[in-house]
Amino acid sequence: MANVQLRGIRKAYGSFETIHGVDLDIVDRDFVVLVGPSGCGKSTILRLIAGLEDITAGDMFIDGKRVNADPPSKRGIAMVFQSYALYPHMSVRDNISFGLDLAKVPKERIAAKVAEAARQLELTPLLDRLPRQLSGGQRQRVAIGRAIVRDPKVFLFDEPLSNLDAGLRVQTRLELAKLHRDMKATTVYVTHDQVEAMTLADRIVVINAGQIEQIGTPMELYNRPANLFVAGFIGSPRMNFIEAARIGETSCATIGVRPEHINVSAESGRWQGTVIHAEHLGADTNLYLDCGDKGLLTVRLFGEQRYGTGDVLHLSPVEDAVHRFNAEGRAIGR
Amino acid sequence: MPKSVKTGLFWLLVVAICLYALFPFYYAIITSLRPPADIFTVNYFPGKPTTDNYVGIFKEQNFAVNIFNSLLVSGAVTLISLGLGVTAAYALGRIQFAGRGLLLTTILSVSMFPQVAVLSGMYELVRVMGLYNTPGAMIFSDLLFTLPFTVWVLTTFVKGLPKEIEEAAIVDGATPLIIIRRVFLPLLAPAMVTTGLLAFIGAWNEFLFALTFTIDSNERTVPVAIAFISGATKYDLPWGRIMAASVTVTLPLIVLVLIFQRKIVAGLTAGAVKG
Ligand SMILES: Nc1ncnc2c1ncn2[C@@H]1O[C@H](COP(=O)(O)OP(=O)(O)OP(=O)(O)O)[C@@H](O)[C@H]1O
Ligand SMILES: [Mg+2]
Repeated sequence: MANVQLRGIRKAYGSFETIHGVDLDIVDRDFVVLVGPSGCGKSTILRLIAGLEDITAGDMFIDGKRVNADPPSKRGIAMVFQSYALYPHMSVRDNISFGLDLAKVPKERIAAKVAEAARQLELTPLLDRLPRQLSGGQRQRVAIGRAIVRDPKVFLFDEPLSNLDAGLRVQTRLELAKLHRDMKATTVYVTHDQVEAMTLADRIVVINAGQIEQIGTPMELYNRPANLFVAGFIGSPRMNFIEAARIGETSCATIGVRPEHINVSAESGRWQGTVIHAEHLGADTNLYLDCGDKGLLTVRLFGEQRYGTGDVLHLSPVEDAVHRFNAEGRAIGR
Repeated sequence: MPKSVKTGLFWLLVVAICLYALFPFYYAIITSLRPPADIFTVNYFPGKPTTDNYVGIFKEQNFAVNIFNSLLVSGAVTLISLGLGVTAAYALGRIQFAGRGLLLTTILSVSMFPQVAVLSGMYELVRVMGLYNTPGAMIFSDLLFTLPFTVWVLTTFVKGLPKEIEEAAIVDGATPLIIIRRVFLPLLAPAMVTTGLLAFIGAWNEFLFALTFTIDSNERTVPVAIAFISGATKYDLPWGRIMAASVTVTLPLIVLVLIFQRKIVAGLTAGAVKG
C-alpha cells in the first residue's frame, strides 16, 4: 500500500491548460474522493495518476517514488473505468487474469488469485461467460475483479457507479466500502454524486475549473466550507446565499444558510416569505419560498409537513449554523 | 393499386434483377459446356454438354500453373495487406501525431490514380528491384491498390473501438503489439475478413500489372492467361475454352465468399449498433 503525492501538477492539451497546478497528499489507505462539476478535470487528474496522460509540469510520487515517466503498468495502480472496458471477446476468467498473464505470473498462482477474487465478488458461477452475457452490475464486479487481482498499491475509480440504476448503485456503494475496509488499499475515486462522495470518502477533494477548492473530511466540508463554491457544491438542496447588505449585516459580503438550518413558524421570525413550491419526499419536505429582496430561499424540514403553495411563513436561521463569506468569497471564521 | 398488382410488380422486379445479375454467368457456364463447333449459334440451353473445353485448358495449356501463380500472388497480397494494414490502422486510428490527417488523405488519394498512370513508373521500380517476370512483381504492384483500401477501412474500424478497452489493456501492462494481437485482432476479425476478401478478389482479378510485368506464360496469372488463350488459327477465337477458364477461376472466389459469408455480414454491420 502506498501514499500518493501530487506536486504542482499541470496538464495542458496543446496550449490549452485544463489542470492549473494541483497539490495533493493522499495518505496510505485513505479513500479519497474527487468531486466537482462536469468538465472540472476530475477524470484528467485520475488519468494523470494512472499514467494514461502525460504530466505537463509538476511531480507525481507514488510510495515516495517519482513516477512521472513510468508507464501505467509500472506504477502499481489498477483502474476501474466508467464503461467497465471489459475485453468483449474474453471470458470473465480471461478478463480477470489478462494482466497477470501478461506479467508472466505462474499458471497456478493465476488460477488461485482468480478463484479468490471470484469468490470475494460472487462471480464464481459466471467465470466462463462473456461480458455480453452479464448484467450491468455483474460487469461492474468483473471490472473490480480485474483490478483487485493485480494487488495494486492504489485503486483508481472513474465514476464506477454511474451506469447502474439507483438501487444497484446503493448496493454497490456498500460493497465498495466493504471492499476498501477489507483490502485497506489507497483509493482515489471520481464522482459527481455528492452522496457517493459523502458516504465513501475518508477525505473529499473538491475541484473546480482545474483547481482544488478544498480538501477535508466530509463533515469538515459540510460544517466549514472554505469558500462559496464548496458551500454551494456540498449539501443538497443547495445552501441559501443572501447578500449581507440586504439583511443589515456589515461584517461580511454574503451569508450562507443551509436549508436544514432554517426554522419555520407561522407566527413570527426574522424573514418572511411565500411558498412557491413544495416537495414532499416523505422523510423530508423541501419548501421554496419567495422572500422579496432576500431572493429565493430553500427550507428543508424533517418529516411530512402540511405547508403548500401560497402559504406565508416566517423564517429564522439557526444562528450558530450561519456561514459568512467576504467579498472574495472566502469563508470568515466563526 | 390493388395489393396483388403490387406484389406482382415486386416479383417482376426481383426476376429482372436476378436475370441481369446472373445471366452473364449462366451464359458463360453453358458456353463452356458446348462443343467448339456450336459456339456461334445463339442458344440459351446447353443441349448436349461436353467437358472438352475444361480438359483442354489443363491439358493443352499449363492453366494449373497459372492458377497456382494467382493463388500465390493473391494470397501474399492479402496477407501483406492485412499485416501492414492492421498495424498502420492502429497507428492512424489511435496514436496522435503531427500530419496524421494529411497522411490519411494521401493514402486515400494514392488509390485514386488510374493504374495506367503509374504503370511506367511501376515498371521501372519492378525492373530495378529485379522482380520483372516473377510473381514478386505482381505482389509488389498489387499492394499499390489493396493497401490504401485496407488501411483506410481498418482505420475506420479501429477508430470505432472504445478507447477505454485499449487503456484497460495498457494498465494491464500490454505493449502496442500485444494490444493489436490479443485485443484488437479478435475484435477486428470481421472487418479483416471483409477487407482481406476484397483484397484477395482485387488481386485475383488484376490484369494490367500482370500483363505488363510478365513475359513467360509460366509466370502469368489467370486473367492474363485467359486473355492469351488462342485457337488453332489466328482467326479462331476459342470462346468455349475462354469461358471454361473463366468459370474455373471464379469458383475459388465463390467458395471463399461462402466460407466467410457469415463473417462478412457481421463485418459490414459491425459498429452500426452498440453491442
Ligand atoms: N484530449 C483532450 N483534448 C483537449 N481537451 C481535453 C481533452 N480531454 C479533456 N479535455 C478537457 O479537459 C477538461 C477536463 O476534462 P475531464 O474529463 O477531466 O472532466 P471531468 O471533471 O471528468 O468531467 P465529467 O464529470 O463530465 O466526466 C474539460 O474541459 C475537457 O474539455
Ligand atoms: Mg470524467
